[in-house]
Amino acid sequence: MAKKESTFLNMVITLLVVTAVASFTLASVYNLTKDPIAKAREAAKQQAISEVVPEFDNIVTMKFKSIDGPDSLEFSLAYKNNELVGIAVATYTDAGFSGKIKAMVGFLPDGTIKDVVHLEHAETPGLGDKIDKTKSDWSNKFQNKNPENGIKVKKDGGEIDAITAATITSRAYCDAIERAYATFKANLTSITGEADSSVSQEENNELATQNGGE
Amino acid sequence: MGKLNILTRGFIRENPVFVLLLGLCPALGVTTSAINGLGMGLATTFVLVMSNLVVSIIKDVIPNKVRIPSFIVIIASFVTIVSLVMEAFVPALFKELGLFIPLIVVNCVVMGRAEAFASKNNPFNAIIDGLGMGLGFAFALAILGGVREILGSGSFFGIPIFEGDGMLVFVLAPGAFIGLGYLIALNNILRKTIE
Repeated sequence: MAKKESTFLNMVITLLVVTAVASFTLASVYNLTKDPIAKAREAAKQQAISEVVPEFDNIVTMKFKSIDGPDSLEFSLAYKNNELVGIAVATYTDAGFSGKIKAMVGFLPDGTIKDVVHLEHAETPGLGDKIDKTKSDWSNKFQNKNPENGIKVKKDGGEIDAITAATITSRAYCDAIERAYATFKANLTSITGEADSSVSQEENNELATQNGGE
Repeated sequence: MGKLNILTRGFIRENPVFVLLLGLCPALGVTTSAINGLGMGLATTFVLVMSNLVVSIIKDVIPNKVRIPSFIVIIASFVTIVSLVMEAFVPALFKELGLFIPLIVVNCVVMGRAEAFASKNNPFNAIIDGLGMGLGFAFALAILGGVREILGSGSFFGIPIFEGDGMLVFVLAPGAFIGLGYLIALNNILRKTIE
């Protein structure tokens, strides 16, 4: 078969057909994978929440504007028997060594950190990626710390040992936790306040069914 | 040219990374560990095979002057498909590699094979060429990643080999260049002996 001539019309038609077929294919694939992707993301989030708060039987989600950024942080309030037992905050920092780090910080109602797990990061493998719980137990250092006086690495006058050769990452992780804590403190009244009202309204139903099952 | 020859030349004699020196951006960027290198290599292999196949099928209906834009649209589509499918069905792997998948679009190995081989050969040979070159690329990335992981983090495919922190420089960018340099030298020696 002879090669098509590069006339104007031929070129326009070819590019049109190629891009149209490509768009159609991508749209179909996107539709097919949309639900599984959403499910996978949701599962990862739920997994992270359950790792950083005490045992719970109900979750209420709220969003609060971060105290120093345009983004809002998602708060997941964990209840057991209508009592607030922990707050999981999806927080972030832009101070990472290579881009944004997202983490889930779990607080007890008095503000003490229960645990921290990372959600997303692009830190250097072998160094900064030690924030990952599966790679190193470094992030356990935050457990039972109260960030009232700030969470900082030792180089900045805090009490957290930075990861060897990854001070920037460690500093960024502290920054993310401080952001979560500050936002948590700033909205404390509305967290506990709204918590009470929502407990009395919505959750009683769910709790009733759960208690019935037990 | 024999089919077996097309398939195997990507490993030693015409290895895209060690000999053709193509696709060095991902080769240097993602190979901080063996599994990252292998995963990136396999994702690239898939894109290479599919784009080679499609390009060689439609090579006669694409006017010469718009062939490059057409190839890029085809390659970019397959990369997006890989990225979406990966995130949907293997989220764990996507978490590690997700950042690098879009880089496959600008990988000159893919573009180079479409232009130099697939647009001049029949679909069957194009698939074999894509497979051979892709696996050669994956092979090179896995070796480079393995060397850097062993020296830099003291582990191989995530399995600890020795205690301690390893040589940090091999995890960082300079280690990629040093490692690649020695591997290219090794490959040159190997090719000389074979000949």
